[in-house]
Amino acid sequence: MPTRRLELAALAVATLLWAARAEAQSPYGIGRAATPAEIAGWNIDVGGDGSNLPPGIGSVSHGSEVFAQQCAACHGAKGEGGVGDRLVGGQGTLGTPKPVRTVGSYWPYAPTLFDYIRRAMPQNAPQSLSNDDVYAVSAYILSLNGLLPADATLDAKSLAAIKMPSRNMFVGDPRPDVKNSECMSGC
Amino acid sequence: MTKPTDIDRNVACASRRRFLREGSVLLGGAVIARGLAGSKARAAAENAGNLPPDVPEWMKTPGDPMGTQPYGAPSPFEKDVIKNISKTLPQYLSASGRTPLQDLDGIITPNGLFYERHHGGVPTIDPAQHRLMLHGLVDRPLIFTMDDIRRFPSESHIYFLECSGNPEYKKPYGKTASDLVGLLSCAEWTGVSLKLVLQEAGLQPGAKWVVAEGADSAAMTRSIPIEKCLDDAMLAYSQNGERLRPQQGYPLRLLVPGFEGNMNVKWLRRLHVTAEPAYSRDETSKYTDPMPDGTAREFTFYMEAKSIITRPSGGQRLSAPGFHEISGIAWTGRGKVRRVDVSVDDGKSWQEAQLQEPVLTRALTRFRLPWHWDGKPAVIQSRAIDETGYVQPTLAELLAVRGDNYVYHNNAIWPWRIAADGEVTNAHA
Repeated sequence: MPTRRLELAALAVATLLWAARAEAQSPYGIGRAATPAEIAGWNIDVGGDGSNLPPGIGSVSHGSEVFAQQCAACHGAKGEGGVGDRLVGGQGTLGTPKPVRTVGSYWPYAPTLFDYIRRAMPQNAPQSLSNDDVYAVSAYILSLNGLLPADATLDAKSLAAIKMPSRNMFVGDPRPDVKNSECMSGC
Repeated sequence: MTKPTDIDRNVACASRRRFLREGSVLLGGAVIARGLAGSKARAAAENAGNLPPDVPEWMKTPGDPMGTQPYGAPSPFEKDVIKNISKTLPQYLSASGRTPLQDLDGIITPNGLFYERHHGGVPTIDPAQHRLMLHGLVDRPLIFTMDDIRRFPSESHIYFLECSGNPEYKKPYGKTASDLVGLLSCAEWTGVSLKLVLQEAGLQPGAKWVVAEGADSAAMTRSIPIEKCLDDAMLAYSQNGERLRPQQGYPLRLLVPGFEGNMNVKWLRRLHVTAEPAYSRDETSKYTDPMPDGTAREFTFYMEAKSIITRPSGGQRLSAPGFHEISGIAWTGRGKVRRVDVSVDDGKSWQEAQLQEPVLTRALTRFRLPWHWDGKPAVIQSRAIDETGYVQPTLAELLAVRGDNYVYHNNAIWPWRIAADGEVTNAHA
């Protein structure tokens, strides 16, 4: 108990110092210090390299169950699409007249699949899935795209290790890329 | 110790107030009665009594009393000037609604007609419970309330906003100016320079991007290059003088002038200063531009120079040969519109249009050209040239480079066909 109280006191002092520091150095002294706990609660950004992926693990098989319950109504039982985007297939179609853009064919970094599902899906209840369930659903979608075996499990390390087929497809912006003349007559 | 005269005056005031209150109820009743009879009366009025030499009916009875509309609305005769929202969208949570450009004058879009694009519906946010968190590569991670944000020095600017998919490259093309480029609007925004807010936290070396996140159910996430954040980006809380509309990000949105609409994150709740972009879904799998060779362009921020004639335009009809002013709007994400040319002979020759002053950076610019229509079929179109010297291209020129699977950033010249009977249609349709 005394240790706990001491910890709280230390935390309070640290928070005060934090706040004082913010006020001391800010040009306008507006706002208050964000605590590490507050930042941790809100910062759900997962980097393309897998940075900030949370602990957790999920299997393809569990993912197929979660997908059937939470995702299939919009994305189809096998990710073939419906009201929601198609998620599966399309590899090798991007340079053709009928490109099919999916997670498998048009998604450069596997960890941001976790990021998107966690922050925005399912559409009727975003941020409701557990991290384990998000790993599982990610595993299932990657498996449907042939990027994971059916008996695989996924965690932060293995998700970051997956190289997406479209990783090197994306290029920078070369615009202005189209030229018109300023022809005024006899055009 | 109130003087008797003061008491008398108070009593007199109270009874006058009561009279006005009761009077307004009576007048209100009269208004409702007139409203019910309105359509019948209007039909009868077509040929009875409202035109010279007769005195119109609306001069023979008092109008609506003060307070009939505590927040004003357009005339009931303008009821068809509304957002252009397709009735056949696959869903309405991630969807868009267009500004009726062909029905508007000037350069400012009324707030109720500002185009909408959201990815998880429109949240209802209590500003007292809204927070902006600023963290990452900063000396002092900070949290701001809306009151905090409004304490910063403020600034106002007129900027356009345009969705990057406006329109697509594939047929079928829309019928009206709104169908084609109605994911475009322009407003005066008030807020704080993002640079000031970032300086408040202190940027650390290596800060190259700011990842902005919305407080909607899509938690919309886009990465903004730090150069833009330290240039003209702002955090806006007001639009055309009033607080942002919910559809525009109430209570706080990011504005990155001239960049594609999606980057102007609404319902802004978090700014994460980073060394790398987030590579979020909405800057990789969406809002990227697939090329015919199988590559895809990413981080295509700028909206390039563009213009469209809004009058006469698709869906309208010229009443008769003779004088008609051609009028439209031009804009560029790369600064100011330098010139707009108009052709009335299917692109064979072009004349310089008059630009309405002031011509503002990254705002809509209104252009006009006086025109005498000879009553023969014609094709009219406009071409914007911006201050970098860039010339708005034709659709054929764009397709030749990008192919028709390119989804976004279609800034093609758009011609209107005028038939002998005056009907105006999309010349590419």
